[in-house]
This record gives sequence, structure tokens and C-alpha cells, in this order.
Amino acid sequence: MAALPSSSAATAVARLNAAATAAQRDAETEAEAYERTHVHGVYQAIAPHFSATRHKPWPAVALFLHAQPPGSVGLDVGCGNGKYLGVNPAVIMLGSDRSPALVALARSRLGRPDDAGIQGVTKIRSEARSAATTATSTDAAGSAVSTGQGGGAAISDVLVADGLSLPFRDAAVDFAICVAVIHHLSTRARRQDAIRQLLRCVKPREAGSGQVLVYVWALEQGASRRGWDEGGEQDLLVPWVLKSQTQARAQKECRHGQATSKDVNTAVTNTGGETPSTATASAGEPGDTQTAGVASQTDPVFKRYYHLYRKGELEEDVLAAGGVIITSGYERDNWWVVAANGTPSSRPEQ
Amino acid sequence: MKVLTLNFLTCAVKSCKSSSDSFPLHPKDAELAKDDVEINPQLLANVLPRLDWNALRTTSTELGFPSLPDQPPSPEDLTADEKMLQELHSLLMETQIMEGKLVCGHCGHEYAIREGIANFLLPSHLV
Repeated sequence: MAALPSSSAATAVARLNAAATAAQRDAETEAEAYERTHVHGVYQAIAPHFSATRHKPWPAVALFLHAQPPGSVGLDVGCGNGKYLGVNPAVIMLGSDRSPALVALARSRLGRPDDAGIQGVTKIRSEARSAATTATSTDAAGSAVSTGQGGGAAISDVLVADGLSLPFRDAAVDFAICVAVIHHLSTRARRQDAIRQLLRCVKPREAGSGQVLVYVWALEQGASRRGWDEGGEQDLLVPWVLKSQTQARAQKECRHGQATSKDVNTAVTNTGGETPSTATASAGEPGDTQTAGVASQTDPVFKRYYHLYRKGELEEDVLAAGGVIITSGYERDNWWVVAANGTPSSRPEQ
Repeated sequence: MKVLTLNFLTCAVKSCKSSSDSFPLHPKDAELAKDDVEINPQLLANVLPRLDWNALRTTSTELGFPSLPDQPPSPEDLTADEKMLQELHSLLMETQIMEGKLVCGHCGHEYAIREGIANFLLPSHLV
């Protein structure tokens, strides 16, 4: 019979483990609270304005989506207002976002051919169904309002979920995209965990399948006017100025489906770091052609946390998450990577 | 939320994922609505192999729909069987759970669905 460790040693180890776990938990709780203030709360508050400035898909993302075979099922984690859900009408997209306000916006857009589309609303009476006797059965003959959906995204769907606790089953989907999301997580462990979650949800790597596309903001933005570049501070609070007039105009442009993203959502503030580790900077947003604006005294300013990725860092995080790099690159102020699971299930590879 | 989507979902709690009881989630007090979505036989044929058929059978029964066959139809069967095609299209693509809950069979946690949107954010003690 194998000797059992003495109870005192076992107790000491248990105590150490407990202490380590508690410390880890404290750090996690702190990171969560920080992101609640500097990411989730901000997106809830700026959702309509943010959404009105987001309609043009990134070219490389659209290319990735169009490369998926018809009938593929994919995730858009951090789908925001759902601008990618209808890009390829031959695939089914399941969009998720941490912000209920953005998900509600995304849902209202589902099935519309474009932003100008109007959803026909019809009232139907659901037919009486065979007597369901289970406790979970549904209202059998209630009337319900349904929306007539015509656009490609009518087969897509959205839900509210945290990227670190995704509710999708393992290897459930053919592909996943995660655009401009992971840079909002405030520790490296959490950013890697987010990538791990994406990899968990896609099928094992096979030719062209099981791919995950991740886009993050780059530190190296020499060509932009934001003034960030190699060697600079990577953890920033980036202001979003909620201009009431801008908001109205942006929404109008959105309805016409041809906004030019000239909205003033940038501001120059140099008030120093709110937290010891975080600098404040002027900024816009990936995908926009910025016009630096001056915030008036009354416009509310929301500061979002960003981790700007330096060259090579995204690839490092993918590897740390157990993935492999298929391709990677840089597109207008962003690093991107197409990754897959590191351990292919069927065919052995070196 | 579409019935199709439910087939890809499980409990958001990490420790539930390894349990077969966490999939599929069970609808509770579900109010359904039916969308009009143009039928696309090719899309349906492409999607079927991506579904967990047993889970779909469970969901279908729990929502009060007629029971599905033991095995999924082959693409040939599907194109030949107009009724089956229509039924599956209606169930997967057109049927939405507008209000209600989704319950994990492992931990018992209930996720609310409101205005067609399921919310999988966890209370902090379950993260």
C-alpha cells in the first residue's frame, strides 16, 4: 500500500493551493471589475452611437467569411451590431456579445437586406401542437408576432454571452471570427483564455476547416494620426465622445446605409492615467477614417480600455492558447491571425 | 432564438461542459414564434450533418413538435421528401423561442430568453 502523505504536509499543501487560488481569484475579480467599468459599461452606454458608426466590414474579414463553404456554421464572438452576420448569406452565423444593448441592435438588423430595409411584421397564430405533456412544453395556441425576414442574415442568430464563458459546445462550429474584441481584455491570461475559448468551439483542424480569425488593434500605427507606434505604451484608456448631434447624424446616415464615418468620435485628452498602469490617449476606432474632434464641455466622454498588440504578440497568444497559426498579417492599424487547433484529430502532422 | 441555434449551445458554466447532461439545454415556459424564412433545400442539406441529431430530437419533443425519425435523413431522402424538408425547415430556421428559459440539466442554472434573445451571462459565483 502506498504511503499517504502525512496529514500536516497535505494540509500545508492544501492551504498553499487555496492561497494561490484565492490570489488568482482576486486578480480575476479585479480584472473583471475593471473591464466592467472600462469596457462593458461603456459599450452599453454608447451602443446606438457606436453602432451607427459601424457598418463597413473589414475587407479581410469579408474575404474570410466568403471563403467558408455553403452551409457552414460559424461564430462571431463580440459581434457588436452584427455587421458581419449577413456578409455571406450561404453560411449560418451565431453572433454573441457581452453587451445586451448591442445584441438587441444586432437582432433588429437580422434579416434585413440592408440598413434601409423595413421588416414586415405579421401576426400569426401558432397552430395547436400535438399535446405535449412534458413540464417544458410550450404555450400551444398562443398568438405571436413574427417578423418577416428576407435578407441573408435571416438564418443567423444572436445571443448575449461573455467571451470567456462561451455557451457553445466543444467543436460545435466550422469557424469563428472575433474582430476588435480581445484587445478589450485587461490581462494577458484573459486574452489568451479568450482565444482558447474560440479554439474550443471550432472543429478540429482539417483542410480549410476549423479556422478562427482574430483581429486586434495594433500598437504599430505609424500611418495613422493617433500617434501610437512601436515601443509605446500598450495599455490605454481610449475616449469615446458621445456627441448628441453626431449621434443623430450618424444614425441618419446609418439608415441611408452609406455613412462615411466622419463622425467625431475622437477627442484629444491628456489627463494622465486613471489607473497606475494605464495611460490615456487620443484615439478613434478600427475601421474609421478619423477626424480628430474637440469635445465640448457637455459631451459625455467614455473611456474604453485597450491593449494594443505589438508585432508578434497575437501569434504568441494563439500558441499559448494551444493553437497553430495558419496565416497572419497586418491590415490598417490591426494585427490579424487565422488560427486552428494545435492538435488535429484525424490526420497526424508534424 | 432559433431552434437551430439551440443545437449548438450548452451551459456557459465551465465545469458543466464535460457533462453530457448539459446538452442540449432544456426549454422551459417557452413562447414560440414563427418567422417566414425562404426555404433553401441545399442549405438545409448542408446544415444537417452539422447538427447533433439526438439533441434535436430531444428539443423537438420538448417544444411539443412531432417526434423526428431516429436517424437524420440523407441528402437524397431530404430532396425526395417534401414534407420532411418543410418540417425541418420550419423547425430549424423559422421557429423562434421568444420568451422563456433554457435550463442546464447538469447544474440546473436557468438562462433567460427575452424578446428572442438568450442571455448567457453568469452570476459571479458561477464564473
